[in-house]
Amino acid sequence: MSVTSEIDRRFREAAAAEGLLDVAYDLADTPIGPLLLAATPEGICRISFDPEPERELDALARAFGVRVLRSPRPLDTARRELDEYFEGARREFDLSVDLRPVPEFQRVVLTELARVPFGSVETYGGLAARIGKPRAARAVGGALNRNPVPIVVPCHRVVGSTGSLVGYGGGLERKERLLALEGALLR
Amino acid sequence: MMEAVAIPPFERFYEERKDEVLGYLARLLGRETAEDAFQETFLRALKAYDRLEHGRHLRAWVFTIATRVALDERRRRRPVGEPVEIPVGDSRPAYAELEHLAGELPPTERAAVVLRYGYDLSYDDIGAALGSSSEAARQAASSGVRRLRRRHE
Repeated sequence: MSVTSEIDRRFREAAAAEGLLDVAYDLADTPIGPLLLAATPEGICRISFDPEPERELDALARAFGVRVLRSPRPLDTARRELDEYFEGARREFDLSVDLRPVPEFQRVVLTELARVPFGSVETYGGLAARIGKPRAARAVGGALNRNPVPIVVPCHRVVGSTGSLVGYGGGLERKERLLALEGALLR
Repeated sequence: MMEAVAIPPFERFYEERKDEVLGYLARLLGRETAEDAFQETFLRALKAYDRLEHGRHLRAWVFTIATRVALDERRRRRPVGEPVEIPVGDSRPAYAELEHLAGELPPTERAAVVLRYGYDLSYDDIGAALGSSSEAARQAASSGVRRLRRRHE
């Protein structure tokens, strides 16, 4: 017997409402393609450009606990803020972010990165200098590459010393679109 | 040594089991009541899920929870014996004829017959589901079957 979408929806809502989830996730449509959004009770813990949940579920379960369930309600705020951002109506996110499983060095990098404002860019070397490790540009690149919450923690705002886009977890095309949206496209 | 079986993310477990759990509950309770019992079953499963030690026997485990929810429900709502609707569009094979008749049985026998003949659970698992022993589960199923034979001869 198939579970109807109504019964399914009711269960998923109740599970979140009763506070039983380690991680709630959902998909969101955006101008740069569908995103997978995931949140713990502490905050947003994952934004993935790969909207195929099967590839994310195990990683989320390992990092935060096995009670991972698709449930739209806990992602409502994130979805709304992202919509506003893509409509050009928001320059900063008010979302809390859950970086608990992120290693110390990477967390330092991401925390500093979060201070790079909308519409501007920073270089890998510049970010390395800002955290007091001017020779660690490459390590900074690695830390950005594994940013679990792109867009909200804006690794798209970090570029090469010549102004080239260099790389992006979601592909250079997305990086270019995000920078264009912020009016920060160089040259 | 038994190989450790990882506990899957709840989403995967839920997707894998939700249809047959609802089908099972509908056989015990009728479709309408089954919908509430379905939610209760998976909420109870979710509450206990992070305390599981391994991912073996998850199917039997969720049937255990569903059985307890269903028996609680039936104890709460007397009189028993409302007709059990036979769901349409069920993909399970038609060998479950016995189980279709099981709607006439007392709750424990009904659960035992349905779990054994409808869902192919072992008597160990059924015993666990009923909160009794494997032997008690076997007796409940066979006494259910005998009762059905007598009625339908």
